Amino acid sequence: MSEATFALAGNPNSGKTTLFNALTGARQHVGNYPGVTVEKKEGVYVHDGRQLKLVDLPGTYSLTAYSLEEVAAREFLVNEKPAAVIDIVDAANLERNLYLTLQFMEMGVPVIVALNMMDVAAQRGITIDTMKLGQLLGVPVVATVARRGEGKTELLQVAERIVGDGVRHHPLDISYGEDIDLALMEMEQAIRGAGLLTDRYRARWVALKYMETDEQILALGRKANPELSAQLEATVQKVADHLRATLDLYPEAVIADHRYGYIRSILQQGVMGVRHDRDRLYLSDRIDKVLTNRFAGPLIMLAVIWGLYQFTFTYSEVPVAWLGSFFGWLGGLAEAFIPEGLFRSLLVSGVIDGIGGVLGFVPLIMFMFLGISFLEDSGYMARMAYMLDRVFRVFGLHGSSVMAFIVSGGIAGGCAVPGIMATRTLKSPRERLATILTVPFMNCGAKLPVFALLVAAFFASHEAMVMFGITLVSWAGALLVAKLLRSTVIPGEATPFVMELPPYRLPTFKGLLIHTWERTWHYIRKAGTVILGISIVLWALMSFPGLPESVRQQFENQRQAVLAAAPATAKAIENAGGETALEASALDLQGKLALIDAREAEMGLRYSVAGRIGTALESLSRFAGFDWRTNIALVGGFAAKEVVVSTLGTAYSLGDVDPEETGSLANKLAAAPGWRPLTALSLIVFTMFYAPCFVSVVCIAREAGSWKWAAFSVVFNTALAFTLAVVVYQLGSLLGF
Amino acid sequence: MTLIMMRQMQDNQAGIIRTVKASGEMGRRIRDMGLVPGAEIKIRGRAPLYDPVALRVMGFTLTLRNDEADFIEVEVQ
Ligand SMILES: Nc1nc2c(ncn2[C@@H]2O[C@H](COP(=O)(O)OP(=O)(O)OP(=O)(O)O)[C@@H](O)[C@H]2O)c(=O)[nH]1
Repeated sequence: MSEATFALAGNPNSGKTTLFNALTGARQHVGNYPGVTVEKKEGVYVHDGRQLKLVDLPGTYSLTAYSLEEVAAREFLVNEKPAAVIDIVDAANLERNLYLTLQFMEMGVPVIVALNMMDVAAQRGITIDTMKLGQLLGVPVVATVARRGEGKTELLQVAERIVGDGVRHHPLDISYGEDIDLALMEMEQAIRGAGLLTDRYRARWVALKYMETDEQILALGRKANPELSAQLEATVQKVADHLRATLDLYPEAVIADHRYGYIRSILQQGVMGVRHDRDRLYLSDRIDKVLTNRFAGPLIMLAVIWGLYQFTFTYSEVPVAWLGSFFGWLGGLAEAFIPEGLFRSLLVSGVIDGIGGVLGFVPLIMFMFLGISFLEDSGYMARMAYMLDRVFRVFGLHGSSVMAFIVSGGIAGGCAVPGIMATRTLKSPRERLATILTVPFMNCGAKLPVFALLVAAFFASHEAMVMFGITLVSWAGALLVAKLLRSTVIPGEATPFVMELPPYRLPTFKGLLIHTWERTWHYIRKAGTVILGISIVLWALMSFPGLPESVRQQFENQRQAVLAAAPATAKAIENAGGETALEASALDLQGKLALIDAREAEMGLRYSVAGRIGTALESLSRFAGFDWRTNIALVGGFAAKEVVVSTLGTAYSLGDVDPEETGSLANKLAAAPGWRPLTALSLIVFTMFYAPCFVSVVCIAREAGSWKWAAFSVVFNTALAFTLAVVVYQLGSLLGF
Repeated sequence: MTLIMMRQMQDNQAGIIRTVKASGEMGRRIRDMGLVPGAEIKIRGRAPLYDPVALRVMGFTLTLRNDEADFIEVEVQ
């Protein structure tokens, strides 16, 4: 079986993901491009004994060196030399989409154009002669409707033909006007003569990139051959000076003009017919008139966020309860069938409670992701960036920061890790850094269980409202901190906001499910591995060292004393075997025994390593209202925020003796001494702002390019969180809450 | 026929781009999205806080800030 690789490329929103899914189905693998953390999706398509490997390149508008995505795409094409690039072109948006196509052709990679969204184009009265377009461009063109899988077979036939007999292809050389053309020719010869970077790139392309002052190629060229590079740069400078003097333009502007000119000249040769006026108001524009309206827009936006909450919490309630009782039942089962001892303790308190605490929230997270995917796929997310840019700029951020904040949990759910990565689309290093450092304040999917637990325990009657309030507070905190950072440690100018507002589309059910599943699975995987490990480590921390024999003996003596004081009742309990109803005196005796057990368990936990850490911190943390149990949980939360829940679960079930009591953790907390709504509020605030989990910290280090920033975020955030929690708790106490 | 800066354009006003003065990254991003001399544009509207501006070019909708619109000179009727 022969294998050939094809790269899937195209503008954002051209339907790339849809086509990729249609072609590869479930045979996908998500990884990273070497060296950078731009996501790389690979899939396989098997047909007639031939295997085609498809690699999804990042969606880009261009192939410059300005963004990591564009460089990653370029590097992939050069290093992996795919048989061809399948370039997804939005037929309803042909002119701009072909701009990227031209750049692939200039690079010299074989291109197959998948003319997608043919249905949308037809709806808009745009007719396209695919044959003619193919002839004029000199590449195969296949019409597709990715959403319905149309054109898939033809596309693959063309791909197979290319593998089979290597369809001729010639790189495209466009004329950029006399001045540039002449200089390019001269440079190309010099480059070819010296073999500058020609092992990887076409000589003319290298010349073109010099002309466009492409930072990446310039750096490579300078390193490979400093003299020639200087000579080339001098030539470019001469042309640039001339163009500046005669046309008041930069060479790169002239090059872009000619690319668009070339596209226009092709389209004008009867390739494209437009029946309606191009500026006609489509449904999408009419929707925008309302959704981005000066007055209605922001209100609708708030309503949408609020609706997402209602949707998520209302619909996930039932499955969350199911999972909760399932794990409760599982724990009870283990306790009934496994003899008391270390192993049972490990299984129940370490494994079942730990995993249950995390997995119990999967439905919640799934519903949230479903909602977020809907907003993304429908195009509404871009409108949020548009409407909020002015606000974000005030805080030294960028409208596109919205995406990172939302992915991190700005609406609800999400995760700071992809959020930090989403900042790659931000071009300004300063706005990007400020975004990276503040997105961990958002309510990620891992903090949600913590909030959900506390809200269920203490504010059950106003669940949605409190969660909404939590969201607003985290936004306010993040923005204010961003402003603080931008005016102190990362000062500087703002960068451009050039963004497409894609037409509104009704998302497909399949697309939504795939998105939702990918993200939920990411969460589960994290829960299944990291969390299980940590849960066990924490169980060990909480179980060892055990109480000294003498102390245990004391408790045993107390129990014996209680039993000996009422021998008749003790006998009665033994005989009853838990089946028949007990008399009041027997119940009283049982209560006394349980009290002793609970005291012993609590003492044991305090005596353990975790207990000692928690107790040591208590003198400080009590200003915020946290006891040693909460401290243990918060320390664990540094590993991953959802561990706060599982640790609290473990801490309380270890301290809890009655095996019949399988009520949820929320009930336990609500009933626990030392807990009141103010304590919960203080803990919510602390959880919101304190150190990001270690995975995020690693990401921050990588994305910000330095461990300094990672360390900064740990120390700064924790200090901030503690200050805020203390203020909340002390102020609340003063006011009598 | 008058030349004005894009920032000065009214909602729903149409025109043809004549020059794009921006260089470097901003210039590149503006041009990548099809805002080049000769392109016909039409202002679609402005965000609730009057910035950024949304405009129609080549049949799709694009947004940019007023500060960026200041680099683009448009010929209007
Ligand atoms: N009508 C129609 N809609 C399509 C077609 N192909 C994709 N879509 C829809 O267009 C939207 C965007 O598609 P995606 O596949 O997510 O686009 P993408 O290029 O991967 O976009 P990014 O993920 O933003 O890079 C989705 O709502 C699709 O359902 C098509 O041929 N016709």
